[in-house]
Amino acid sequence: MVEGAQTNGNLIFWGMSAPLLVLIFQLLGLACFSCIVYARAAPLVRGQRDLRFDRPLLRLQNVLKFWLGQWKHPRYKVAGTLHLLIFAGFLILATRAFYLLLFGLADDFVAPSAIGRGYDIVADYAATIVFFAVSAAAVRRVVFKPARYAVPERYGKGHPLDAIFLLALIALLMLSESLFEASRAAIQAQQGLTAEFLPVLSLGWLLKEVVGSASAATLWRLHLGSYVVDVLTFYFLLCYRPFGIQFHVETSLFNVYFAKLDRGTVKPVRWGVSDEQLDQVKSFGVKTFEDFTWKHMLDFYSCADCGRCSDNCPANAVGRPLSPRFLSIKARDYAFQHYPMFGSSRNGQPLIGGIYSEDEVWSCTTCGACEEECPLLVEYIDKIVDLRRGMVDDGNVPKSIQKALKALESRGNPYGKMEKKRADWAKDKEFQQTCKVSVLDGDATTETLYFADSITSYDDRIQAIGRATARVLTAAGENFGILGAAEKDSGHEVRRFGEEMLFQALRDHNTEAIKASGVKRIVTSDPHAYNALKHDYKDLPPVEHISQVIAREVKSGKLKLNHAENGSNVYAYHDPCYLGRHNQVYDDPRDALDAIPGLKRVEMSRCRDRSFCCGGGGLMLFYEPQENERMGVKRVQMAAEAGANVIVTACPFCMVNIEDAIKVSGMEGKMTAIDLAELVDQHIVRKRPQAAEDESNALVHANA
Amino acid sequence: MEILVCARRVPDTSENEIQLNDAGNDIERDDLVYSINEADNYAVEEALQIVAKAGGNVTVATVGTDEDEEILRRELAMGANHGVLLSDDAFGGSDGKGIATILKGFAQKGKYDLILTGVQAEDGGAQVGGMLAALLDYPFASLVNSVEVVGGSKLKVGREIEGGNKEMNELDLPCVLSIQTGINEPRYVGMKGIRQAQSLEVPTYGAADLGVDTGSVGEVAAKVKRDDYFVPVAGKGAEILQGSHEEIADRLIELMKAKGGLQ
Repeated sequence: MVEGAQTNGNLIFWGMSAPLLVLIFQLLGLACFSCIVYARAAPLVRGQRDLRFDRPLLRLQNVLKFWLGQWKHPRYKVAGTLHLLIFAGFLILATRAFYLLLFGLADDFVAPSAIGRGYDIVADYAATIVFFAVSAAAVRRVVFKPARYAVPERYGKGHPLDAIFLLALIALLMLSESLFEASRAAIQAQQGLTAEFLPVLSLGWLLKEVVGSASAATLWRLHLGSYVVDVLTFYFLLCYRPFGIQFHVETSLFNVYFAKLDRGTVKPVRWGVSDEQLDQVKSFGVKTFEDFTWKHMLDFYSCADCGRCSDNCPANAVGRPLSPRFLSIKARDYAFQHYPMFGSSRNGQPLIGGIYSEDEVWSCTTCGACEEECPLLVEYIDKIVDLRRGMVDDGNVPKSIQKALKALESRGNPYGKMEKKRADWAKDKEFQQTCKVSVLDGDATTETLYFADSITSYDDRIQAIGRATARVLTAAGENFGILGAAEKDSGHEVRRFGEEMLFQALRDHNTEAIKASGVKRIVTSDPHAYNALKHDYKDLPPVEHISQVIAREVKSGKLKLNHAENGSNVYAYHDPCYLGRHNQVYDDPRDALDAIPGLKRVEMSRCRDRSFCCGGGGLMLFYEPQENERMGVKRVQMAAEAGANVIVTACPFCMVNIEDAIKVSGMEGKMTAIDLAELVDQHIVRKRPQAAEDESNALVHANA
Repeated sequence: MEILVCARRVPDTSENEIQLNDAGNDIERDDLVYSINEADNYAVEEALQIVAKAGGNVTVATVGTDEDEEILRRELAMGANHGVLLSDDAFGGSDGKGIATILKGFAQKGKYDLILTGVQAEDGGAQVGGMLAALLDYPFASLVNSVEVVGGSKLKVGREIEGGNKEMNELDLPCVLSIQTGINEPRYVGMKGIRQAQSLEVPTYGAADLGVDTGSVGEVAAKVKRDDYFVPVAGKGAEILQGSHEEIADRLIELMKAKGGLQ
């Protein structure tokens, strides 16, 4: 050994060898981390039940796709790419970090095997990439300041330094680790030993180039110093993570594994409590923090405050007092405050009027844009519904919605219209001449039920969609009927507005009526009814949306469509939330449109799973939100920007909202809205009546 | 504080298409849905809010038949402590004074510090509150739109005066108030509460239980009898605007401008 050289093992501090001292420090670090995590788990233990232990294979698949595969990240290109690089780097470096921390100072720290050497090269580059990725991320935050990170005043003060501090710590970790290797390699080189290989242009290689010519003593100090910094940073980072957004490093894996699996559904009032037992449940919904389920609390811990949810939230976009991001962040801060590291917890305070306002909770249209975007699969709709359940249980419901709910209870529709008039839309004289719609009376020959639902049954404008749907079904040769007065509102929004027991009463009524009708399948033109019948109801015949029927029958040849009537029109299809995002029906309506020869169709920039909610359906039409402008107005602008002059919807509520928006934004004459069923109905090739047929034949003969 | 709220079940005007019956002396009652009279609902909410601050119990009573019990259960679901149905064959056809007499009978069975009624029933004549106060010889304030308990024995109440003014009055307890709509925001009564209230006991009291002389109530005692019921013919100066919503709105604006209502 070269004179003056030292070994790690013979360093003695306070009577202990360096490796022993480091070991003790690391055990202390781990113990500290365990205590912190234990404290963080305190509210979860008090939270409500949440049954998330089923279907392990599907959950594993989610982990592979959304956690390991970072599936949602590239939806935001720059941030997503940076995150992908950092995440991949972390995974690669995890093994080395532990190896380094535990054995870095041991005398017998040996050069690894060939496989280990290969891994080392990869790890060196990984550290380099992570270093530059976090640097880029920091520059992005400090210099470019993407708008979605800003914290509006009403949501309290932001945590802007959290992210920067975290990035700096990661950079420091990468730097110290690489310097540790670089200085060791330099020492080895100076000592004439086989220096550890540092791959070209890796951070370690660069640092070795910088410090390689330093004196042996300096290198030794650098080597030891970088090790100490590395250990300190590592354990500081570990224990600091549970205090902010950085906690997602630990929680994300669990959050993704336990994520909600069933789209379009709403969580039960209490997991493990059947509908029949609900009468015994004292309090419904979420009133205090402890009413959230443990998984929903885990969501709060997992939120990385990336702002993608709110960036896509239509309520946030029009200035309603709702930002999904802050639903999470405020609840997380509440948990941190009320379940402190030291001292006892102070729980049980009401959330409404505390961290959340009433309007915040009513502002959500349950469109699902936030959940679609979240890389960590944080849930929002179920939390909103649970908060509403709590408010409904306390009698705390805006008057305009109370009226509609009361009417739903007594008349089965939110307008308070008479039950016996529910089938009046089909009694229009002109309509009856071309299309007869029968009210089902239980005779088993009718196979298909057209479930119209309330708005199609009673609203003057929307009744036309009902009639168009009936004509399309007739043209497709469907033997169908309606329930008429026996049909009540599907209750889709009743459930999502938190009035669970009223929903169940409506559901039970309709289920019985549908079963009594003896139909084999159900068709609806209302995506909200479609979602309710499909996901909220049980044991019904299969349900289809009219767009699915059209797409199928166009393919089968039963429906033939004429050339586009107006060749100069440019159409944009607007995805209804409950057809698209919640049920993944994106292609059938587009296929149906494209089956009209010569129809010009464009896509809005926000389409398919990024579709922008029109303003919300069902009871949302009765809510008077605080907002700067209507969602529908924004949507109409988006269609105009895409170069369209006709918006095609496939949902009665979209029609109401978008037609209103066209009026209030002064776009009348420049933009129109039409329902898919109406448009298809206009273009169906129908067999002409015999007389007309004869007439045209005669004409042909005469011309010949 | 023990509070009695007198409530009544009426056809819900927002959820019915009110039509005359063939005889022309009443509305067609076949396909009607009923609910608690709106002003009475405000009275119950006010009672609940007073009790929440001052302590005590809220009892809701209605004069009617078995069918009217549903509104009592709704108010029990809302938070009232007791619901009482005052029902007797002899009560049928009572006029305002008859109803007040029956309610007086019940009020005297208990010890109520405060009795609230709605300002008027949607199908009624705003008589019962005042008559009940007179029969009981209690102070009475009508059209009340704010209530404040002063000490243990007095109330400070605000009354709505025509033209949007407000008057403040002080009354000694016990007293009767008729409550104006808009005094508060009645809480929502959910299906869950209504279902749970189905199992609660709602006692029924007849004339004998209340010590009411059957000769003083019901059709026999009614001095006001309904003679006719009809939809008035649109007179001069009244115009029903027709057409689409837009056309109606346009015409309305035109008219308002023409009459100087809009500048």
